[in-house]
Amino acid sequence: MTTSPATYRLDPAQVRAEFLRLLPISLFVVAFGAAFGLAAVQKGIVPLEGTLMSVLVFAGASQFAALELWGDQVALLPLIAITFAINSRHLLMGASLYPMLRQMPTAQRYGILLVLTDANWAVAAQDYQNGRRNLEVILGGGVVLWMAWLIGTLLGVYFGGLLQDPKSLGLDMVLGCFLLSMALGGRKNPRVIVAWIVAGTAAMMAYWWLPPHTHVVVGALAGGAVGFFWLEHKSDEH
Amino acid sequence: MSIETTHLGVILIIAIMALVTLATRWGGPFLMSFVTINPRVESFINTMASSVLIAILTPMAFTGDLGAKLALATTAILMLVLHKPLPAIAGGILAAAATRYFL
Repeated sequence: MTTSPATYRLDPAQVRAEFLRLLPISLFVVAFGAAFGLAAVQKGIVPLEGTLMSVLVFAGASQFAALELWGDQVALLPLIAITFAINSRHLLMGASLYPMLRQMPTAQRYGILLVLTDANWAVAAQDYQNGRRNLEVILGGGVVLWMAWLIGTLLGVYFGGLLQDPKSLGLDMVLGCFLLSMALGGRKNPRVIVAWIVAGTAAMMAYWWLPPHTHVVVGALAGGAVGFFWLEHKSDEH
Repeated sequence: MSIETTHLGVILIIAIMALVTLATRWGGPFLMSFVTINPRVESFINTMASSVLIAILTPMAFTGDLGAKLALATTAILMLVLHKPLPAIAGGILAAAATRYFL
């Protein structure tokens, strides 16, 4: 063990502050939830079922992908494989938070991970890069994003016509622009830049040549390998 | 094997998707609990963390339409100049909407 198991206590005021911090971005999530709800009812899924899927699965990209498989029957293995492949990035996201998560009681650790998703993770990861421990954003930000996804889905399944073409409003780019702003807000040094180039190159090669939906994990692991072999100077000095 | 999309079948589909997704949310920290964290492992996961973002974004930038490309470019420039996420994101979305409206 490199450090003693210090404790991480969630600060309720900070959880509320992070809820409000992600409130603006969650408004866009409402629009995407509505697009999902509309697409679901167009596939013949009843409103209650579509809403239940958003409540329990809470992973937009895999939910849209499930609709692609929809028919009178849904093939089980492709459903499991696609859901796992698209959401496998959560494995890496959760692992990257482990240095903080392990300082927390087990029930809390797995409890806050119920609402782990791209946007709240990106904030926590960026804060960690900048030397701030922030698991409150996983909980507070996760809850506001989950609520937004639920509200959006409800709007979509009942009043879907309101948002026929989210793309024309640029809404399909919300998550991409958000994640990019998080990446660029973190620490940048030659090691990070090299890791990004390796990650981006590996991701594109996987995107073109490997099975669909594997590019995120392949790219991230390739970038991580740079960090594994190239340690920061301050760890080398002693 | 297939599941019929009757009401009960859809509930089953949702349950399966929820469990698989939950496994991905819980699996990372669970697997990490068997790993000893040393500086090298910590460097790996820190570098991997920002690489996740790049791996999500690169295909968007390469395969997206002009609106998507300009959205990401606008966000990048605003973020590097202003260091504030919200205006950078808003600028990116605006760039996508404007590109698709005018072209």
